[in-house]
Amino acid sequence: MHSERKLFSWKSPLHLVKRSNLPWWQALLYRLLAVFVGLLLMCFVLWLMVKASPVAVFANLFSGSFGSERRIWFTFRKMALLLCAGLALIPAFRMRFWNLGGNGQILMGDLAAIMCMYFGGQAGWPNWAIILLMIPSSLFAGALWGVIPAIFKAFFNTNESLFTLMMNYIASGIVTIFLGAVVTSGSGTLPIQEAGHLPVIGNNDYLLVLLIAVAILAFVYVYLRFSKHGYELEVVGDSENTAKYIGINVRWTIIRTMALSGALCGVIGMLLAGAMDFTITADSAQNMGFTAIMVAWLAKFDPFAMLGTSFLVAFLDNGMASGVQRAFGITNNSIGQIVIGIVYFCIIAVEFFINYRIQFQHLVPDVEALTEKGKK
Amino acid sequence: MTETHLPYLDLEHISKSFGPVHANQDISLKVYPGEILALLGENGSGKTTLMNMLSGIYRPDSGSIFVLGKLATINSPKDAYAYHIGMIHQHFKLIEVFTSLENIILGVPHNKKEKNNPDSYDKGSAKDAKKLVTKICQKYGFRLDLDKKVYDMSVSEKQTLEIVKTLYRGADILILDEPTAVLTPLETERLFRVMRNMKEDGKSIIIITHKLNEVLAISDRVTVLRKGECIGSVNTKDANEMLLTEMMVGKKVELKIDRAEPLHPTPRLEVDHLSCKNEFGREILHSVSFTANSGEILGIAGISGSGQKELLEAIAGLQRTSQGDIFYDDYDESEERIDLKSKSAAQIRNLGIRLAFVPEDRLGMGLVGDMDLVDNMMLRSYRSGKTQFVNRSTPAELASRVVKELNVSTPSLHTSVRKLSGGNVQKVLVGREIASGPKVLMVAYPTRGLDINSSYLIYHLLNEQKKGGTAVIYVGEDLDVLLALSDRILVLGDGEVRGILNARKTTKAEVGLLMTKQQSSEQEEKEGKAHA
Repeated sequence: MHSERKLFSWKSPLHLVKRSNLPWWQALLYRLLAVFVGLLLMCFVLWLMVKASPVAVFANLFSGSFGSERRIWFTFRKMALLLCAGLALIPAFRMRFWNLGGNGQILMGDLAAIMCMYFGGQAGWPNWAIILLMIPSSLFAGALWGVIPAIFKAFFNTNESLFTLMMNYIASGIVTIFLGAVVTSGSGTLPIQEAGHLPVIGNNDYLLVLLIAVAILAFVYVYLRFSKHGYELEVVGDSENTAKYIGINVRWTIIRTMALSGALCGVIGMLLAGAMDFTITADSAQNMGFTAIMVAWLAKFDPFAMLGTSFLVAFLDNGMASGVQRAFGITNNSIGQIVIGIVYFCIIAVEFFINYRIQFQHLVPDVEALTEKGKK
Repeated sequence: MTETHLPYLDLEHISKSFGPVHANQDISLKVYPGEILALLGENGSGKTTLMNMLSGIYRPDSGSIFVLGKLATINSPKDAYAYHIGMIHQHFKLIEVFTSLENIILGVPHNKKEKNNPDSYDKGSAKDAKKLVTKICQKYGFRLDLDKKVYDMSVSEKQTLEIVKTLYRGADILILDEPTAVLTPLETERLFRVMRNMKEDGKSIIIITHKLNEVLAISDRVTVLRKGECIGSVNTKDANEMLLTEMMVGKKVELKIDRAEPLHPTPRLEVDHLSCKNEFGREILHSVSFTANSGEILGIAGISGSGQKELLEAIAGLQRTSQGDIFYDDYDESEERIDLKSKSAAQIRNLGIRLAFVPEDRLGMGLVGDMDLVDNMMLRSYRSGKTQFVNRSTPAELASRVVKELNVSTPSLHTSVRKLSGGNVQKVLVGREIASGPKVLMVAYPTRGLDINSSYLIYHLLNEQKKGGTAVIYVGEDLDVLLALSDRILVLGDGEVRGILNARKTTKAEVGLLMTKQQSSEQEEKEGKAHA
């Protein structure tokens, strides 16, 4: 047998080794590298499409999001809204309740606030009274839109993804009905509402949204990490049987968590109505409910990591829309979005390299066989 | 089968690491044609890793594999089949919605039939496959319904299907990863019979196991692994349990269970004519009555699926009951009997009844896989305290105590339990349940998949609980252990009590007979009650 034995054997060609503990700063470095590689790829695609020089793309990306004081505030407000939406989703996500209805919940909160502003304004109520009514109405409307699918999930085990998705369309429909009922002009748009504006803090139109985002961040972090509710929802998410075994009321946990998720979305709706748009359309939620899913997943449902991911998304979105697209005359928004998608792909792909190490082949001598040959 | 033969399989200096963990270090072993080699080792000793390299799931970091003296590169399960190596994994790799036959031919390519040769078959066609598979079954004595869907099959049938599938694909060397872990004694016997038939036909078999009696019963040679290293190989006829244990564990182990006489047993849990239906409306427990006493271990024996799971879950408040009562008596604290029937787990807890339960499905029911040790310890206690916030300091103390006392090997207290090995997961669960100071402790298959050392540690813990006055209910599958550990043994069969025996007087044969008997007559039921 030894005569047939090879003197060298291939150490297996290109194989994957699972990493066990990459230090956090290295993992972060990999992720930053992924963003950078993604941006380079993005530049390459833009160069192919519109012959844009990479330097110009980078410059415009920055100027689009940070080019002026207004743009800086604008980027941070967008980040704050996305952060809020992501934070609203993660209690449900940690319970493995795939809430795709963030949009509808935001829109319902928005509508509730607009209705307060519209009818309160017509009745001539003072501002503070309208605001006092807006807060519970928006929270309730958002929570309601979250609780309906949760009840069906808890009692009939319906698929929550489909259900919440459908609720989005119903919410848009209700907004359209509302607009049809109150808008009498031919344009079909609701004029800017003058009553019930949320207070402007420090003469800055953007600060209120930022402060609320910080408050929600702190609340969600504490809720998930230190509260009994937060603990229960994670047990339910991992294993319903374990939850029952330990005596957790699974149905109540599902409903309660979705009420919270929906109510937080309602807050965003209220901000849209009372601090930013002062009007409503069926698209007022700007697909934030979906973008926030990405913000949450990229951050692995970690509230503080979402600071990073929501910033990235806001930066790329604004940089692309008000910087790059404008500079190179790309009028089609989808192109901008597709190009940004390249960066996201890179970020998702890098997770693989954070989890695995690749080894390449090399030859190993068979010492025993070699010495035997030497003897002969 | 002497050493002068050319080995079918020759592994030389195989090493494999996962990150910093050396799963296999410099392991060499040989398998000869027509022999059954047992690969013996404790949990985490690297048995499965080694075999996964043979079947193409992992690749060795270094070392060489020779098949019939030729260097082999096995990069995928397909390569493994090309070398006639087939592996039957512990967790079956079958498509649930397919029939046996469909699973067998899945992925097998068509080949041209030779004309005028009746013995030439197209292995990819269902028609020819049926003939071929029937032949294989007859040859080795397998019983297999080719048109049955996998989801309708028992575990034993699925295993048979896996073996036949592997043989159909031309395996000459079969690797069985802990095949008996899920089988009843009878099914194990049947498996051993076909293994011997295959061996006589010249096939080689590697069986991974940590059950010593099986090693001695079936294998020709034993190779022992310990902590990723090869300790040595012995011929089975020269081996005995003591020697193998010593090789496996690295030191002498006392394989003895101390059974103390029950101290002042008083009824703690009385189950009275309890019946349950499963979700499909089939009666899964029928009029079960027994009493569990304090300071006593009540063993529950039975073929798997006889209602053990439902019985324990009914007591724990997790299974709806249709008839009967469950009474809890604690004469130390009150005169009153409490009816636990149709009370939920939460209600039982709120009554202040200290009922601990180690369910069969550790990660699916007893623990939360993605949570760390501390948070898992917290499951029983997180509600304590008046605030809305959880207190992690007491559970953290408990976790470090359990890790220390039960010798749990974990990188840290903040490792998610899913990443621990089966034995360590079980220790965490048992440790938590015992820490609650239970009055009733129910354990289901607590040593399934555990190595010898850990198993005896668990038996010792159960005995300690018994001495402390807890009523222990132990559901087990190993009759030797049941006989040595329990004070009384309740035999379940088809959801009925077949008898309650005095464990000190009964024999393995008597329990086995009650377990497997098809019908229970009135008379024997009376006998059972008389024993109790």
